[in-house]
Amino acid sequence: MNIAVDLATVWAFIIAFAVFVYVVMDGFDLGLGILFPLFPDKRDRDVIMNSVAPVWDGNETWLVLGGGGLMAAFPLAYAVLMPALYTPMIAMLLGLVFRGVAFEFRWRTTRARNRWDIAFFGGSLLATLAQGIALGAILQGVQVEGRHYAGGWWDWLTPFSMLTGVSLVIGYSLLGATWLVMKTEGELRDRAYHLSWVLLLAMLGAIAAVSIATPFLHIQYTERWFAWPNVLMTAQVPISVAVVTALLLRSLANKYDYQPFFLTLALFTLSYAGLGISMYPYIVPQSITIWQAAAPENSQLFMLVGVAGLIPLILGYTAWAYWVFRGKVKPESGYH
Amino acid sequence: MFEGWDAVVLARAQFAFTMSFHIIFPAFSIGLASYLAVLEALWLATGREVYINLFNYWLKIFAVAFAMGVVSGIVMSYQFGTNWSAFSDKTGPVIGPLMAYEVLTAFFLEAGFLGVMLFGLNRVGPKLHFLATLMVAVGTLISAFWILSANSWMQTPAGHTVNEAGQFIAADWLKVIFNPSFPYRLVHMVLAAYLTTALVVGAVGAWHLLRDRHLAGPRVMFSMAMWMATLVAPIQIIAGDQHGLNTLEHQPVKIMAMEGHFESHKHGAPLILFGLPNQSTGRVDYAVEVPKLGSLILKHSTDAPMAGLDTVPRENWPPVAITFWSFRIMVGMGLLMLALGLFSLLMRVQGKLYDSRLLHMFAVAMAPAGFIAVLAGWITTEVGRQPFTVYGLLRTVESASPLAAPAVASSLIAFIIVYFAVFAAGVIYLLRLMAAPPHPGEEGPSSHEAPIRTAGITPAAQGVGS
Repeated sequence: MNIAVDLATVWAFIIAFAVFVYVVMDGFDLGLGILFPLFPDKRDRDVIMNSVAPVWDGNETWLVLGGGGLMAAFPLAYAVLMPALYTPMIAMLLGLVFRGVAFEFRWRTTRARNRWDIAFFGGSLLATLAQGIALGAILQGVQVEGRHYAGGWWDWLTPFSMLTGVSLVIGYSLLGATWLVMKTEGELRDRAYHLSWVLLLAMLGAIAAVSIATPFLHIQYTERWFAWPNVLMTAQVPISVAVVTALLLRSLANKYDYQPFFLTLALFTLSYAGLGISMYPYIVPQSITIWQAAAPENSQLFMLVGVAGLIPLILGYTAWAYWVFRGKVKPESGYH
Repeated sequence: MFEGWDAVVLARAQFAFTMSFHIIFPAFSIGLASYLAVLEALWLATGREVYINLFNYWLKIFAVAFAMGVVSGIVMSYQFGTNWSAFSDKTGPVIGPLMAYEVLTAFFLEAGFLGVMLFGLNRVGPKLHFLATLMVAVGTLISAFWILSANSWMQTPAGHTVNEAGQFIAADWLKVIFNPSFPYRLVHMVLAAYLTTALVVGAVGAWHLLRDRHLAGPRVMFSMAMWMATLVAPIQIIAGDQHGLNTLEHQPVKIMAMEGHFESHKHGAPLILFGLPNQSTGRVDYAVEVPKLGSLILKHSTDAPMAGLDTVPRENWPPVAITFWSFRIMVGMGLLMLALGLFSLLMRVQGKLYDSRLLHMFAVAMAPAGFIAVLAGWITTEVGRQPFTVYGLLRTVESASPLAAPAVASSLIAFIIVYFAVFAAGVIYLLRLMAAPPHPGEEGPSSHEAPIRTAGITPAAQGVGS
């Protein structure tokens, strides 16, 4: 009994970790896609794409681990959530199809390059919006009967899910802009730098809006955040957000290369922790806890062996790949 | 009732459609990744420029095909949840870990080293770069291992129990992974991937030899591909036969459908070569058959009795006509591959491998044969498993999501439109890349900045596509 409880918690953290790594890693390359229309020059676009072309595929694999891990460790949650999120999930997949092939296709044509640039932008925007909407839809809860989703196929569509959708678009764009500040030079970097300012302000507005709206969704969220003595602990999150924001503003004012990106990651981490505080221990809010959804012990144990041994290895060679392609992307060296 | 049935049919159509598109790319990239590793190894060992030219030539093709495989694969991995949620709930504890291991051991490996393989030769040097190529090739094979294990478990489930919630639970993971049909399926699929790639490489080589038989790159790739066809096509036929015997043992009803045996034969079953299986009358119309040969092939005795579908309740029959015909298409393609291999061996022995226009035209015509055979083979085995998702244990109608038909219908339409638009463009780009022969000094996709530079030497930029 005890070990089962522990395993479910362990797996909740593993899935949360996989989804988080996905959010920040694919987040910045989806953000680059969303920013594409603001960089109409072909040379800028080439540089932007080259800054992630060698690593985007690895970034996206975390999404497959998040989904596959959910099915394996919490099959009931997977079986309830996926039909509940049917439309956003299909939209996300189609968006990722367009986005993913654009990386290869736009080098293989001159006549249709503009079309694949639009596909890169549209696919990135659609996938991001869908992910944000899915997040909002999960937070507001879904209808469950027995072991099935019992709602309709438009239940996900609410003002709150629209808010989370737009917020994620802003967040990913900020990640993308600060990535460009880090990875590029000259005029391109300047434009990304100015964009970072605007997007940071928008991001702070989005965080505030989602934070204010969430407690109104359900009494349990309110209690989790504001009940005494919980508030002593939960208050650390907004305080940390304020500190990171101050540091981020300072790093932008000083025009640092690396700090804005990593501080934005910190901002994402805090927002994500906030989500975790709201949801735990539910995996389908208000309906199914991680213990109710957990796969049998032997499935979770069998996979734990693989995760414990392989995740450090994966992080190792992923870091190596980023190291190989470190430094600024130089556009001029491509012209000879 | 009727509406629920409708959504299941639509979900099946969607799965069949997205799966058929997807399987084409792994079938090609498994073989191509190994081929690239061989080319780079040959280059490192001999220093001959032709190998690195071929490597860079096929690397660009690999990059485009791999991207299409990745994006269509992500769709597959989420479709279990969106369209088959009851299946996910019930089989998740068994199938889920197998797929999670595929991600952990294969997808990350491929994706992690792909960037270095595509863009990193100048940054890490030849030795580390070869390691990256090798990791990508090994990753594709590990991926095949896990996904075929999961699929085989659905075909010949073993090593499990069922809990009170109706979920399958592993009792013995080794028995789950190495279930009875897994070794046969894995060998058959990997060989199919190698043959598929060889036929494409051979066709591209032959195409350019038809134009100029002195080109070094096309000569090398044509010769390598024909060796593969000569050696592997017969092995594949033996592997397929063994797989068939395994299916007869564990999924006899599927064999009945493949053979069109509606009726039992007490004294030796015929081999029905062609005919029109009629599901409603339970007969094969216009059958052309060889007496006793069916028993000889499957039981290695002309008089062995063979049970037919008349021994099985009708509600457990798979769709016979589809299974029957897809099986014949696969076998037909296999025999043509055998013919190509033998023909090329004959020409090689006579020293006319690079001169026989007939052989080259045959090889060009065979370019799609591997894809057709792979698709037909998957249709045979997947449709033959119906009406179950987990053979004999979980019905397809009990596996679907509680969705209304309009939801599944709209997503199906969206997938059809998007896939045809996106993948048609991809195939055009692949054909363009293949339409130009490998150049001396062929560049890869390539160094960090080089997509800008390579744009100058791709056929597109030379005006073919612009």
